[in-house]
Amino acid sequence: MSTDALPVDEPATEPIDEPVAGPVDGPVDGSAAEPVARLKHPRAIRWLHWINFPLLFVMIWSGLRIYWAEDVYAFGIGSWQWFAFFPEAIYENLDLERRLARGMAFHFAFGWLFVINGVIYTIYLALSGEWRTILPDRRTPKEAKDVVLHDLHLKKKAPPQGIYNAAQRMSYTIVLIMAAIIVVTGFAIYKPTQLYPLPLLFGGYQGARVIHFAMTIGLLLFFLVHVIQVIRAGWNNFRAMVTGYEVEYPGTITDEDDGRPPSDPASGDEVDTSADVDEESPVDAAAEVAR
Amino acid sequence: MSDDQQPTDQPPESEVSEVSDAAEERARQLRQQVEQRPTIPIDQFKRKSRRSFLTGAAGVAGAFLGWRWIQDQGTDDGIPQVLRNTLEVNEGLWSNLSKNRTAPEYPVSKATPIQVNGRIGIRTDVDIDDWALVVEGPDGEQIDELDLADFEAMPQDDMVIEHKCIEGWSSIVHWGGVRYRDFHERYADEVGDVKYVGLETPDGQYYVGWDIESILNPQTMLALREGTEPLDQAHGAPLRLATPNKYGIKCLKRIGVIRYTNERPPDYWAERSYDWYAAL
Repeated sequence: MSTDALPVDEPATEPIDEPVAGPVDGPVDGSAAEPVARLKHPRAIRWLHWINFPLLFVMIWSGLRIYWAEDVYAFGIGSWQWFAFFPEAIYENLDLERRLARGMAFHFAFGWLFVINGVIYTIYLALSGEWRTILPDRRTPKEAKDVVLHDLHLKKKAPPQGIYNAAQRMSYTIVLIMAAIIVVTGFAIYKPTQLYPLPLLFGGYQGARVIHFAMTIGLLLFFLVHVIQVIRAGWNNFRAMVTGYEVEYPGTITDEDDGRPPSDPASGDEVDTSADVDEESPVDAAAEVAR
Repeated sequence: MSDDQQPTDQPPESEVSEVSDAAEERARQLRQQVEQRPTIPIDQFKRKSRRSFLTGAAGVAGAFLGWRWIQDQGTDDGIPQVLRNTLEVNEGLWSNLSKNRTAPEYPVSKATPIQVNGRIGIRTDVDIDDWALVVEGPDGEQIDELDLADFEAMPQDDMVIEHKCIEGWSSIVHWGGVRYRDFHERYADEVGDVKYVGLETPDGQYYVGWDIESILNPQTMLALREGTEPLDQAHGAPLRLATPNKYGIKCLKRIGVIRYTNERPPDYWAERSYDWYAAL
């Protein structure tokens, strides 16, 4: 499931459609045709998100300068290498050569800021309840697969979503886990004696190095897909990460949202019958995750 | 957030079938995440939006200026002053956090030959019979001179540890020799509560500085042997430092001078942008 979901971080293709409430919902002085702006991202999330961006950038950039000094990782079997990290041209063009010392100096200064920002973000998610919008529940993995299929135009109807769609929930959660792993392996490499036996968790000093590097590549891939999807999702979606608010245009409500039960054939396959037992008592996403 | 109550007050469309219930319920629960969030009229949004983008622009400008501030300030041994200061803050933090911790040691069977990485200070071979090590006290006076036989007469120890290069590679090495703390016993009274030890190759080309606590760690060794063989020239014959607790750049080969001092000793790589402490 994670392989399906990882690269797909997908604000709905028609960004303003699905999460939008019915026209009756907007408390806009009587006129239902007037667009309203609805809070999407709380202030803390926006600040922490944007602060993280340059911090992660500096960490990866300085990390690559460190990696350059001993760039041994590659995909391949035996002596046959399919792809070696990294081709010479990358080092040359990104000024990564012979900068090990400077790389370390930046890495061990900005690392603290990256950790502090991430810890505050995690605490905020936990305490504010915002985690409910992000952490997957039992049905999210399957829905995430459907989001991917929908995205690839292999499936007509997108599964229902909240603030984030299922693929976003999966990928944001995985990214958070990867960030935690990158921090812990980073400390294991940074102070393997002081923090012993921490490196043992990752197969020792060299094991921690490999995992730390793999997580970097994972975060780079996430970043790539994230940017592509943000561009695809459009201005209204992007603006919400700056202003907090997403504009809802009442004219563009989809079928799914006008209260009609999903009895039409296109969505029939999305009914997860295995979950029926739970449906009597309305179980919200939060409660499910908590199990 | 209280999204746990969404019973039957949903706008009723009469035909609610059993089959569609689950999907419907799911969609409604998720939709509620959105519907719970407040809305504001568009003109208010426009004002907020303008403010947010101005804040964002200020943030971008601030980040840019911060970056320039780091890059444009004076350097201290090759890196911006603020980064050098941060390395020293890190040093203070870690040197106080846990003292005298030791790295794991391994069975001899795990040991492999260590690669040769640097020849600074040992480019020409040394005549082992002529070699002598000078010990200096904190006042700069010579307090001892030792030759290889003197070291061979001291209590010998072994350790199999992971030697870590600052470049990233590491290898498990079997070192034999004299633990520095045993060597230090000879001068402990004479040098007193000294803070640092500086070490140099005989030609003075390569030099490292150690804090006294790190060098007195039981895993800091004045190595005479790799495995059971005397060190060869490239690995620092006849006597070198070895430890799993600092990077290899601190493990001086072919030690010519050991200098007790209360001033932070110069360090070849620290002068070339690296961390002076370099502890693991």
